[in-house]
Amino acid sequence: MITKQINNPLHVWGHYGALIVLALVTLAPIWIMVVTGFKDDVLVQQKEPVWFFFVPTLENYEYIMTRGKFDRYLWNSVIVGVWATFLTLLFGGLCAYALARTEFRGRVLVANSTLLVRMVPPAVLAVPAFAMVIKFSLDADLAVLIFFYTALNLPFAIWLLFGFYKQIPVELEEAAIVDGATPLQVFFRVLLPLMKSGYAVAGIFTFRIAWNEFILALLLTGRTSRTLPVGAAGFITDTGVEWGRIMAMGTLIVIPPLLFTFFAARQIIAGMTAGAVKG
Amino acid sequence: MTDIPAHGTPTALKRPRDLSALVPYFFILPAVAIMLAGLVYPVIQAFYLSFYDWKIGTDFQDAPYVGLRHFTRMLTDENVWESIWVTLRFGFWTISIEMFLGVSLALLLEKPIRGASVFRTIFILPLMVSPVVVGLIWRYLFDARIGWINYYLGLIGIEPQVWLGDADLAFFAIVFTDIWQWTPFIFIIVIAGLQALPSEVLEASKIDGANWWQHILFVKLPMIRSILMIALLMRLIDVFRALEVMYILTGGGPGRSTELLSLHIYNRAFDTQQLGYASAISVLLIVIVTLLSLGILRMGNPMKDKSDI
Repeated sequence: MITKQINNPLHVWGHYGALIVLALVTLAPIWIMVVTGFKDDVLVQQKEPVWFFFVPTLENYEYIMTRGKFDRYLWNSVIVGVWATFLTLLFGGLCAYALARTEFRGRVLVANSTLLVRMVPPAVLAVPAFAMVIKFSLDADLAVLIFFYTALNLPFAIWLLFGFYKQIPVELEEAAIVDGATPLQVFFRVLLPLMKSGYAVAGIFTFRIAWNEFILALLLTGRTSRTLPVGAAGFITDTGVEWGRIMAMGTLIVIPPLLFTFFAARQIIAGMTAGAVKG
Repeated sequence: MTDIPAHGTPTALKRPRDLSALVPYFFILPAVAIMLAGLVYPVIQAFYLSFYDWKIGTDFQDAPYVGLRHFTRMLTDENVWESIWVTLRFGFWTISIEMFLGVSLALLLEKPIRGASVFRTIFILPLMVSPVVVGLIWRYLFDARIGWINYYLGLIGIEPQVWLGDADLAFFAIVFTDIWQWTPFIFIIVIAGLQALPSEVLEASKIDGANWWQHILFVKLPMIRSILMIALLMRLIDVFRALEVMYILTGGGPGRSTELLSLHIYNRAFDTQQLGYASAISVLLIVIVTLLSLGILRMGNPMKDKSDI
């Protein structure tokens, strides 16, 4: 019965038709952003939408790159994203390993609390983070942002990596220990190579959040430490509403997450579904 | 797993001088310290600040202690209740529509087909785009003068609307944006759940002569019940956490018609500059989110699974 349905050409076409419609609905707003970034102001202000055929211009990109502080924002975003990801993977990986592989007093407590703090809303962090910066007279520095992004991402990373560690047979480590390896050697020589895809998923999720985050970045950065999303939002007030430039900026911000999606869609979906399907 | 105890007795492991017993603590220490300092300490700090009337730009030392006054004020503060009401309405409409669309589409399209991975890649794109950018895109599309939505509605004879300037229309706009962004998420996790179902059970129900509707209502949906519950709770928590898209799209306005609880806290703190009062409201938000998180934990803690040692 099932095979019949799949071979029925009507069903197959209906199936593809539905998926194509859904895909177009999903893609349309992103596509509109991309094309609007390449339109000149006359075309942007025109009421009749143009989807495909027009003479593209780079003037919006030129404006962003030369007049704005795009290079500064980009550099800040890269620094914050890379450091937050590195620290999250390093410390989160160690913690997940200990939770998955060793027995110690307080293990269940740590595991449960980790899951509980995973959902702390950014709005709750906003005021205390602001207060902490004043209290400890921290400068509006990228390090503060890196610290908070690491804290925000650790629970999810630990939980994800825990699942990956659980899938590796314990016998591999036991064999290494019999051969005289120390715990650190077991971790770095035996487990890490097998954990590549787990770390890739956790890394993508961490980098994405650090790269995209807006509210804490808005609060905790100064004029020189702004990240890209803060810079993009600034376009609304700084220059009136210049849609061409805003959309060009949006396109640039979206490039890294988009690349991740195309190259690692399977891993991203694995990360997203892990929580719901395994639980 | 650890060093062989000197006398071969298991109790040797428990001696405090046995350093190998401390190794796990060294492993968890950095992560736990960062989470304590960056997540737990701020939450405690929010509790603490809620007892003071601290305004932006003033020294915290000068902020008067007000005891529980912020909390009693909150109980009768129409604006707080309104933002909770907006959040619940927003959650109701977005989650029910997203669940309905996501689950129906998943049931219709679950069969593995050629090219499924291409479609899946496309469907996760809205989740990867920065919330700020999502807000900007839709602010442009909903623009009253040059927005694409008004243009196409005009083609079928609907007058141009000031989408983001009218309370009901702005609410519709944030719901619509959320549905665009999150329906694919429900779709993908439900599909993953359906495809993970044991085929024997599904076959058995077919052989027993269940028709298509019975098959879905009495076999498939009950089997993915826990996935649906977790997806529902996750989305509900997201609704209470969300503020970035709304911040860009409407700023919470017009009036307070799209001011979700998180955005309300933010606006209270940094727009009307009442840091202490905003902290008191965020204590309420922590309680709500913690209760919902406990709900997810009860559904099954993945770190405590049965395969565990």
